[in-house]
Amino acid sequence: MFKVLDSAVPIACWSCSIGHNDSTLFCPHCSKIQPPPGGDYFSVFSMEPRLNLDLTALEAEFHRLSRKLHPDRFARSEENEKQWSLADTALLNDAYRTLKDPIRRTEYLLKLLGAKIGTGKEEKSPRTPADLLEEVFELNLQIEEMRAARDSGESDAALEAGLTVARKNLSGLLGAVDDDLRKEWSAWEAGDAAARQASQARMVALLDRRRYLSNLIRDVSEVLVAA
Amino acid sequence: MAEGRVVGIDLGTTNSLVAFMEGDKPVVIPGVDGSNLVPSVVALDPIPVPITAAGGARPTVTVGNSARKALIQTPERVIYSVKRLMGRSMEEIQDELKLFPFHLAKDIEAGEVPRIQLGELRFTPPEISAYILRQLKRNAERFFGSPVTQAVITVPAYFNDAQRQATKDAGRMAGLDVLRLVNEPTAAALAYGLDRAKTGTIAVYDLGGGTFDISILKLRDGIFEVQSTNGDTHLGGDDIDNLLLAIALNEIHAEHGVDLRLHPGAVQAVRKAAIEAKILLSTEPAAHFDIELPNGDRYQREIPRAVFEMLIEPVLKRTAGPCKQALADAGITPEQIDEVVLVGGSTRIPAVRRLVDQLFHLSVRAKKPHTELNPDEVVALGAAVQAAILAGESKSTEEMLLLDVTPLSLGIEALGGTVARIIQRNSTIPASATEHFTTGVDGQTNVAIHVVQGERELAADCRSLARFDLKNIPPMSAGLPRIEVKFLIDADGILRVSAREQRSGQAAQIEVKPTYGLTDEQVESMILDSFDNAEADFAKRLLIEARSEAETILAAVERAPLNSAWKLLRAEEQAAINEAHDRLTVIRHGDNPAAIREATLALDQATRRFAELMMDAAISGALTGKTMNTAGEELSEAVTAPHAMAAAEFK
Repeated sequence: MFKVLDSAVPIACWSCSIGHNDSTLFCPHCSKIQPPPGGDYFSVFSMEPRLNLDLTALEAEFHRLSRKLHPDRFARSEENEKQWSLADTALLNDAYRTLKDPIRRTEYLLKLLGAKIGTGKEEKSPRTPADLLEEVFELNLQIEEMRAARDSGESDAALEAGLTVARKNLSGLLGAVDDDLRKEWSAWEAGDAAARQASQARMVALLDRRRYLSNLIRDVSEVLVAA
Repeated sequence: MAEGRVVGIDLGTTNSLVAFMEGDKPVVIPGVDGSNLVPSVVALDPIPVPITAAGGARPTVTVGNSARKALIQTPERVIYSVKRLMGRSMEEIQDELKLFPFHLAKDIEAGEVPRIQLGELRFTPPEISAYILRQLKRNAERFFGSPVTQAVITVPAYFNDAQRQATKDAGRMAGLDVLRLVNEPTAAALAYGLDRAKTGTIAVYDLGGGTFDISILKLRDGIFEVQSTNGDTHLGGDDIDNLLLAIALNEIHAEHGVDLRLHPGAVQAVRKAAIEAKILLSTEPAAHFDIELPNGDRYQREIPRAVFEMLIEPVLKRTAGPCKQALADAGITPEQIDEVVLVGGSTRIPAVRRLVDQLFHLSVRAKKPHTELNPDEVVALGAAVQAAILAGESKSTEEMLLLDVTPLSLGIEALGGTVARIIQRNSTIPASATEHFTTGVDGQTNVAIHVVQGERELAADCRSLARFDLKNIPPMSAGLPRIEVKFLIDADGILRVSAREQRSGQAAQIEVKPTYGLTDEQVESMILDSFDNAEADFAKRLLIEARSEAETILAAVERAPLNSAWKLLRAEEQAAINEAHDRLTVIRHGDNPAAIREATLALDQATRRFAELMMDAAISGALTGKTMNTAGEELSEAVTAPHAMAAAEFK
């Protein structure tokens, strides 16, 4: 099943001239490779946008399509087919890379639905979640102290132990966010339009929180590794 | 098929090889001297070429073993390890110059491709590599008796865009259509994967002459999916040789008051002794230096293996970091690696094997690394497998497909000099990213984009790939144009860029200025033999080449009795040489290239011991200064680095 985006007009196959749907990698009639279709990453794998994915099936489909599309299969083909194989395979790889990762997949789907997610380079880091304000304040002080100690070549075992515990707690919080996200996947897929809207908003918030926690864990790890 | 065979080429730092798929088995094609390995050494003919007008006759060069011999007698006309210079700028190669006797042309400006001075001529690194590739191409043509025009060439997995492009340029100059660049560790995995278990996770540890790579792959039903790769493009056996060489030269200077660094030929002779010692130490508990010096002294030294291992530990340790990073990037622990494959001559060193064992917890899991295939040949064999996959003509490779990754992240320079990553390292290639750009000033018609490769946060710390100029943007208010730029890394790991102005619907014009590298026109002008591929001339060329090879060896053999080494041969050895000589003298006038080659090869075999004796004489000659009649100022630069920037100021 294909998602027709902006064209209901069939496109003629370059090889057999029979019209076909825009969103296909191969001509349904003559099986020849087609220029990159205009659909989203889900349509590359012939599916509707969704969040719960069978990763084994996804991988199997990725391998099946790779065998047919990869430039290695077109090394001695005409120039146009070579170019399409390259562009199609890049699309397939980009799609697989995005969909196989749960976070990237969620972000991608939310963006498709028009959500603004702060992964852009210009956007500043997400705001500190209210429930973490106090803890983060304390943690940032410890990180600074650790950096100062490192720069002067000292080591502070108590500080290091404290940060290690903090990192463990943060990882726990991150795990909780991931669990919540998974619950939202099912809620979104099962819900009606209104329920989906609400779920989307919650997922955007969860992703913000998640990014915040990841950055924090990265900062703590940095000073711990250096020490 | 009309295209003919596709060969697989391992263009190595130390040695190069060409292989092809014979039925369902990859085999290496030997050179005219019967050896599988062609040393990656290029020598200019000892007789200077008169410099004619531009585009004049090509110089005569020799490649491989014969070029290596010239290294001791005419070091200023010989180059080796040129792979270290491929795709690198003048600034980047300053460190190499301290360790390698590369003579760089002095009037090259920053940003230009370095030129190597060989005798009276100068060459870019891709041109030197092209000579090596042409030799391999000819070896294959000789073997098949038909032209070879398509090839797969291997590159270190950690090679960046410029280094890959330089390798492709070299192929084009050698008259080869490079169907694919394949990463060396992945090629090795292909060679092993042909008849191996169908599922599992393998790590390929590849420590060659000049480069180190680690790749982690997942195998499933013939699909070789690279999970992660890491490495160091300037780490290898060369570094170990240089350590031993430096110790010997320092000790000779300190103990005997002789500075061999002033004598490039003598340095090469010591280097040869250092390499032999290194090789011996893989199997023996100790090796010896015993070198006669120009003043009649002898430099004698024992190197116990324990000392050697202590010495090289810092070099080997540099491979540990990339291995750990590759595991982390693949998201696995050492225990999840089912098999480890060792590639590259340096993995014969026992200390390297112990390190690999520790890194991947092998012996504790009752596992051993794979070394069944010759580590010097496995990459070329894998290249032949990939060649068969591309040609689509072999049953055994029908189900095989290689999915490789880009080793370095691709980014664009953002405000404040930071890097915005658009394609992450270890992304399966081909991979693409689309970015949108706009203008900052009303009526602006150009937008400049700076693309970099690397993992650092600041663009200045990454490798600059290219600057793109988006031109002819329709004049609009600031921020209104919307230019869509598509970045695509192709299956060779090389970046391609296209752009479109979305509001006007115009395809924006892009001017790509690679930060380093040759232009298309420059590559075109460096193509070695424009007639090399003409089918009609092929048979003729084969005959001319066979005759010229025959004449070269005949001339050498006729001069042989004048050489002092001749007297060291037994009478029956001399008789065998004379007989082979007489046979070739008759056959070379015929028009059967195969017969001429066979007789040439027979004569070459007959003179092998003689050649060895001559070689020994040449080495001691170089060390005692007898043949060193040219140790002038020019040569003294061989080991101490000529600084390109300083030289440019002099001009």
